[in-house]
Formats: sequence, C-alpha cells, structure tokens
Amino acid sequence: MAAITGSVELEVRRPRRAVLVGILLVGWLAAFFLLRGIDTLVLGGQETTRLHRWLTEQADVLGSGNVVFDTIRVAVGQFVVLLQDVIAQPSYGRPVPVIGWLGVVAVSAYLAWAFGNWKVAVLTAAGLTFVGLQGLWQQSMDTLALTLAAVLLALLVGIPLGIWAGLSHRMFRVTKLVLDLMQTLPTFVYLAPLTLFFAIGPAAATIATVIYAAPPVVRLTAHALRSVPTESVEAARSLGSTRGQTLTKVQLPLSRSTVVVGINQTIMAALSMVTVAALIDAPGLGQTVLKALQTLDVGVAFNAGLAIVVLAIVLDRVTTAAGDRPWRTASIRRKALLGAGAAGVLVAIWFSRTYVWAAEFPATADVGSRIAVVATDVTTWVQDVFGGFTYGVRDAVTTGVLNPLQTLLTDSPWWLVSVVVVLLALVLGGWRAAVPAAACLGLLVGTGVWHDAMVTLASTLLATVVVVAVGLVLGVWAGRNQRIDSWIRPVLDAGQTMPPFVYLVPFLALFGTSRFTAIAAAVVFAVPVTTKIVADGIRAVPVATVEAANSVGSSSWQVISKVQLPVARRAITLAVNQGLIYVLSMVVVGGLVGAGALGYDVAAGFAQSELYGKGLAAGLAIVLLGVMLDRITQAAARPRKFRGTVGGDKW
Amino acid sequence: MTKKLRSVGVLTALALSLAACGGAKVGDAEQPEAGGGKECGSFNLAVSPWVGYEANAAVVAYVATKELGCKVVKKNLKEEISWQGFGTGEVDAVLENWGHEDLKKKYVDEQKVAVVVGPSGNKGVIGWYLPPWLAAERPELKDWKNLNKFAALFKTTESGGKGQLLDGDPSFVTNDEALVKNLKLDYKVVYAGSETALIQAFRDAEKNKKPVIGYFYEPQWFFNELKLVKVDLPAYTKGCDADPAKVACDYPAYDLDKIVAKKFADSGSPAYELVKNFSWTNDDQNQVAKYIAEDKLSPDAAAEKWVNDNRAKVDAWLGK
Repeated sequence: MAAITGSVELEVRRPRRAVLVGILLVGWLAAFFLLRGIDTLVLGGQETTRLHRWLTEQADVLGSGNVVFDTIRVAVGQFVVLLQDVIAQPSYGRPVPVIGWLGVVAVSAYLAWAFGNWKVAVLTAAGLTFVGLQGLWQQSMDTLALTLAAVLLALLVGIPLGIWAGLSHRMFRVTKLVLDLMQTLPTFVYLAPLTLFFAIGPAAATIATVIYAAPPVVRLTAHALRSVPTESVEAARSLGSTRGQTLTKVQLPLSRSTVVVGINQTIMAALSMVTVAALIDAPGLGQTVLKALQTLDVGVAFNAGLAIVVLAIVLDRVTTAAGDRPWRTASIRRKALLGAGAAGVLVAIWFSRTYVWAAEFPATADVGSRIAVVATDVTTWVQDVFGGFTYGVRDAVTTGVLNPLQTLLTDSPWWLVSVVVVLLALVLGGWRAAVPAAACLGLLVGTGVWHDAMVTLASTLLATVVVVAVGLVLGVWAGRNQRIDSWIRPVLDAGQTMPPFVYLVPFLALFGTSRFTAIAAAVVFAVPVTTKIVADGIRAVPVATVEAANSVGSSSWQVISKVQLPVARRAITLAVNQGLIYVLSMVVVGGLVGAGALGYDVAAGFAQSELYGKGLAAGLAIVLLGVMLDRITQAAARPRKFRGTVGGDKW
Repeated sequence: MTKKLRSVGVLTALALSLAACGGAKVGDAEQPEAGGGKECGSFNLAVSPWVGYEANAAVVAYVATKELGCKVVKKNLKEEISWQGFGTGEVDAVLENWGHEDLKKKYVDEQKVAVVVGPSGNKGVIGWYLPPWLAAERPELKDWKNLNKFAALFKTTESGGKGQLLDGDPSFVTNDEALVKNLKLDYKVVYAGSETALIQAFRDAEKNKKPVIGYFYEPQWFFNELKLVKVDLPAYTKGCDADPAKVACDYPAYDLDKIVAKKFADSGSPAYELVKNFSWTNDDQNQVAKYIAEDKLSPDAAAEKWVNDNRAKVDAWLGK
C-alpha cells in the first residue's frame, strides 16, 4: 500500500517538475539560436590533443614487459590450454583431444543431471549434439574451454570479493563504483591496452573476458548476503556461532540461489565476449563469425552465432536448474543412481578415447551448411521486400528527430549544454544527480572528444527512448501473461547472446551505413534486458492489489496504468537504467557500421598506434556518459520523500 | 528414477553395439612427418582481417606444413596488434604490410625487434572508387575536377548537406579528410567503420543503382564480383604526401612487403627462407582469395588447389 500512496504523491508532484523541465528546454532552444556554433569543441578525425598524445606515449612505456604480468599471462595461458587439451584440441601427441565428443556429451549431461535435473540433462545432450551437427564441434569446444576458464577465474576472484562486499558496508560502496565502471567501459577500450600487458592469444582473451564477466557474480553475491534476514544471523550469533560459522552455516546456504543467479549472469557475459575477444585471437566460434564477416557471409556467421546461442541456452538452463535445487538432498537411492551414471560416463569416455567415430564428430550430417543457406535466403528476402521501406524510415527518423537533436547538442556551446544538463539533473534528481553530472561533464570536456561525445549522446538518447518504449510494451504484456512470457523468453535470450557482429551485415543492407543502423543494432541488443526486468517487476506486483483493482471494475488499461506500472516503478527505473547501459555498450559496434563519433574513435585507437590515446579518451568518455546518465536516472527515480534515508543500498 | 537408470543403460548398450560394428581406432593412421633437412619447429604467422591477406597466409602455411614439416600457428590479428607480437615472440611473420611507415619506425628502427624482408610481389592501389553503373552513366565523374558538380548526387542523411565520401575501417591508410579539404571539394568524409560496411555499400549501390563514392583498394576479392571504377585524383609525385595535412595528390602505388620478427630471421628456420622467398602477383592472390571468399573453400583447400596448379612458383620459393 505504501507504494500506492507513493504514486499518488507522484501525481501531485509531476506538473511542477514538468513545468520546470519545459522552461529549461525552451530556454535552451532560445539560447541555441543566439549562440549557435560558438565553443563547440570540434576535433577532426585524425586530430589529437595533448592528453591523447601523452596517453599514447604511456602505452609505449607500459608495453616494455613486466615480470608480474608475464607470470599471470603464462599461468592463465596454461590453464586455458589445459582445458583446450581436454575437450577441444589435439593433445599429448594424439590427433584428438583427451576427451572426444561422446565423452564430452556424456560428462556434460551427467553434470547437468547431478546438479540440476534430468530435463536439463537431456537438453544438454541435445544442445551439444546439435552444435556438433552444425559442423562446429571443435570451435564450440574451444569457445567452451575459454568460457569455462574465464568463468572459473571470475568465480575464484568474484565470490570472495562479493562475500567481503556483503559483509562490509565500506567495501560494498567501493566495489559498486568499480563494478559500474567495469560494466560500462566498452570492451574495445581495454582490449588494446590489455594486449600491451598480456600480449595476444587465449590468455589475454581470457583475462579480458574475466574483467567483463566478473561483476555480476560479485554484485549478486554481495546482494544475496545482505538480503539474508537479520533475524537468522542474530539467532546464529546468539547460539554462539563465530563469524566464520555464521557465514558458512547460515549466510552462504541462505544466499545460495542468488549466488547461482550471479554465476549464471557471469557465464552469459563471458559467452557474449567470445566474438569480441576473437579480435585478440581468442580461439573458437568468434573466429568463425569474424571470418564470415569479411566475406559478408551472413549464413555462416549466423550458423556460428546460433551455436553460441545454443551453448548459452544450455548453460543458462543448467545453472538455473542448479540454483532451484534444494540444498543437499542426496538420498541413498540418488547416490546409487549417481554412481551408476558415473560408470556410464566412464564407459563413454573410454569409447571417445578409443574409437575415431566417438572422438571426432562425424562430418556426414551437414546441418550447418543448410542453416547457412536458409539464413542467407531469409536475409536476402527480407532485404528485397523491406529494402526500400527501411531506407524511408531511416531517412524520416534521421532528418526528423536525430539530426535536430544532434545539432542542438553539438552546435550549442559546451558550457550551455553543461549548464542545461546540470539544471535538468537538479530538477529531476536533486543534488545527488546534479553533482555527479557536473563532474562528468567537466571530465568530458577534459577528454577532448566533447563534440564526438555529443553526437554519441544524441544517438544514445534516441535509442534508449525506443528501447524503453518497446521494452515497456513487451514487458507488461509478458508480465501479465505467463504464456506470452514463455514464448518470448527464448527470443530475448537469443537477442542478448547472438553476437551483434552477426546481424551487422543484414542491418547494413536494410539501413545502409548510418547512425540509424547503429541505433537499430543497439535496440536489438538492449530490448531483451529491459523487457525481462519490466516483466519481472509487473509479475512481482501483489496479486491482491491487482485483484482489488479488478473488483472495483477497472479496465485492463486502468489496472496497468494506475496499479501495475506505479507499483512496479522501481523495476521500471532499473529497466530504463539497464537499457541505457546496454545501448552504451553497443556504441563501439555502432562505430563499425557508420555511426562514427566515440565508437569510431575507440575502434581507431585499437587499430592505429598514433590514435591510441584518443581511443582511450573516447572510451573514457563513453564511461562518463554512462555514469552521468545512470546517476540522473537513478536519482530521478528515487521518491523524494525517502531521499537520504534509503541510502546507497540499491543494486 | 528407474527411467533414468534405464536411459543410461540404453545409452551404454547403444554405444557398445556401435563399437561392436568396429571402426577405426584413434591413432591408427599416424601421418608420416614430411620434409627432412633442417628442423622447422613452430612458426607463428599473423593473419590480418582481410581475405587477400588470408590468401597469402593460407599458401605460405600450406607450403610450410606440407613441404617443410613446420607446425604453423595462425594468429588472427589486426595489424597494429601483430606488430606488437614481434617483440613478445607471439608473432614471427607478417606477410602483407601496407606501407605502415609509423609502425616500421617504431618496431624496426627504434625497438629493433622486426626486420623488413622485401616485397610480397603484390601491388597495392588505394583510391576513390565508383560503382560500375555510375561510371558508365556519368563517365565525367572519373575525373576529380568534376566531383563538385555532382556533389548533390552523393548527399545522404549522414553528410550534413554535402556530398558523402565513404571511408572504411579505422586501420586503413587514408588521407581523405585532408584531400577533401585541400582539393576544396564539397564533400564530407563519413566513416563506414569496417570493410564489411564498405563492401555492402558498394554492393547495394550497384544493385539498386544508387550513387556512391568511396575509399577502396586493390588487390581485393570483391573485384571478382564487382569491377569498381577508380577516380583519377591529381597524380602522385614523390614527396607530395610528405606533410599529411597538406596532401593534395593521389595515393602512391604500394609495394606491399613482408615483415618478420628479428628473432625469427636469426633463427635459421626453413620457414624464414620460405617467407623471404615468397612472392606472387595480384592475380595469384585474387585467385586464392576467390577460392576462399566465393567458392567457400577452406583456406587450406584453397591453398592446396593453387599450389598444385603453380608448382613452379612454389619450387622457386623453396629453392628447388
């Protein structure tokens, strides 16, 4: 009920805020016409500032070798190669890996069964066999080896960190800041510097993946520990448990399912890095995708992308099932079954070590090339049918919305934009939003890529508006209807895990090289997460509340707009926030299809030594934009009445 | 529960019956080591992300493996990253370098970790290109002096009212921004951001008769599909591109060359001799690139096909 009163309060407050925002925007427009073109801080594509050149010099200094980094690289490299030897690459003088395909399928299915249930075991076996039938067995195993290595390392570091952050409030605040940074920093940005420290190849790729994939497990472990009811902890303490005992006997077991969700998210993040990591010679499916991209072979890229999606679905379902399983329920009977299963697995491994047919996936079934042909045909058909129409949409949106918005941002003096943004932040979110916004804007000017940042900001804002609109509609629909949800979820999973590189070529054909293409790609990538969060929020609205509204004769629309959306307000804010972060994380990919600006700067820094520093600065600018927008949306969402008392406990 | 047990049993029985049918055992067919002479060992070959380069790498890797018994490790890397690998020992050879003077200065002259070992025989051409239909319809566009007259033709949503000159991947060598400025052209350079985007733009332009002008280069497998037409910029003279800000002339013809790690050059590996002697023409490269990009052969199969057809060239590289 408290939430409903909150929404009533919102209704009362809204007009005043809206008026202030309106006045601000009108004032900005007026000032824009007067001051247009002054102090716009334009920097040409090949031009650099002193800061950029200084950063470039540092790269040379750092790249001269270091014992610590070399040790880490060798150790991680050995670990990855070990896993590859076991399941992916010919090893120990044999033309096949230690365990062939039959063994891998058997072991995986067994593990899925032991930690999850028999349904996911069947799914695992079917998924892996399908990947083999696609003709991508070895590449998939390379990807799996790399993913496993990265996930295990991420857990090794992430879970202790998460526990620490869960127990200590100060540590919690520090990690939150660092994790925000790690998740918004575009992977392209640290890929190039990483190669300076860790050279290239599987080791560097694994380390890059760990950096990208570790945050979720840290966050969720800390969150889980903090959510353990204080009564349970106090009860344990009053019974004389030490801190360590309380942690291992009470807090961790109670947090288990949430920690598993964190592991699950880490696995998903790791898988989504494989195509990007292929740029520094990560083995596996990413290579296949990038190779196909060179010859614009949509079919082959799709086939490999599909294999990644299948791996993702299998790993997702297995970890989810493992998380749902009650803690320690092994009966004697189950133990006996597990033993029998283990024996079967050993037989399968023996086969895969002995016979060629069980070691190397038979190449007779050629599902992969058929998938490739179909994917190519479908793409061509879509292009032929919608080609003209999509260009029309692009032109209308670009000239009608994007260009005016971008001009307003880029052609206004930088100080005018800054003042307007800080004031907007103040009106929407109070000082909590205004201070970080001012700091970010100041640093943004310092990066020397202000103009490019404004171009990127325009596209980002537009993309986010579309993402939120689509995400709200789909999320409310799925949240109110279980059947829709089960239909839509696999599609959303695919949207999140299918490497963006795969749909770049079709999108290029549909929209040409333009900023609009980048926006479209970002929307595909960001809509799933927004939709999922909104759906969860809607579903979490107490049934009683909805039924109360229904009983007084509210229409569906009234229930949605007056009850479900207001009550799910926090979830929706989080959805907006995550949608924004996901859009920003696609900025660099957008740079590869004609969006230019920061995305191009980052890619250029990766490709050209003299632009290294500028690329780094541009990456930093993306992070600054992210932090700024994040703080404003977060603060704007915080109910004013509670401000200051809720504290920074929100993840 | 019994269901599970049964399924395990069924699986095992199935596996056993399959095995009963026999089948080759792992390790039955040991392949004999080829070659002889000096031990080759491991050979780390950088593969840059374009198909022409991949063709070079495919053939060199094939010959090194089959004829010299090397263990070739291909590393798929962007150029800049490959050069970093010379110092760390991750990369032994780069087979197609597009005049990266900056990198040569850093890694060959300053750090002394790399050596230039001469041309690959391929001639690189960089320039501005038109789709064939447009060059046929408006032949006057082939002269840069007429570009301003038709600037409106190339206007897009991205070019801010000017004509659009489409550029490619950020790693490409380009003077286009300076050229547009210094030749006083009413155009804006728009970065497609990748080779893929560039090719897609030309493909679309030809198919739907759209006007496009953009940066492109030879040798390139795409020319097998579409004969793009080059625009004549003011002729290149030696030194006219000395100051990057004042360039107002065409790109020079590049003699693409090969770079190897210093350590590799000093190692006396037969693979080094192969890289040193390796040389072929644009047509050779395009042929192999076509096998890979259009006929969808694996790089290895494409190399095998070409090597079998060009025994004499390969023997010359091997000093036979």
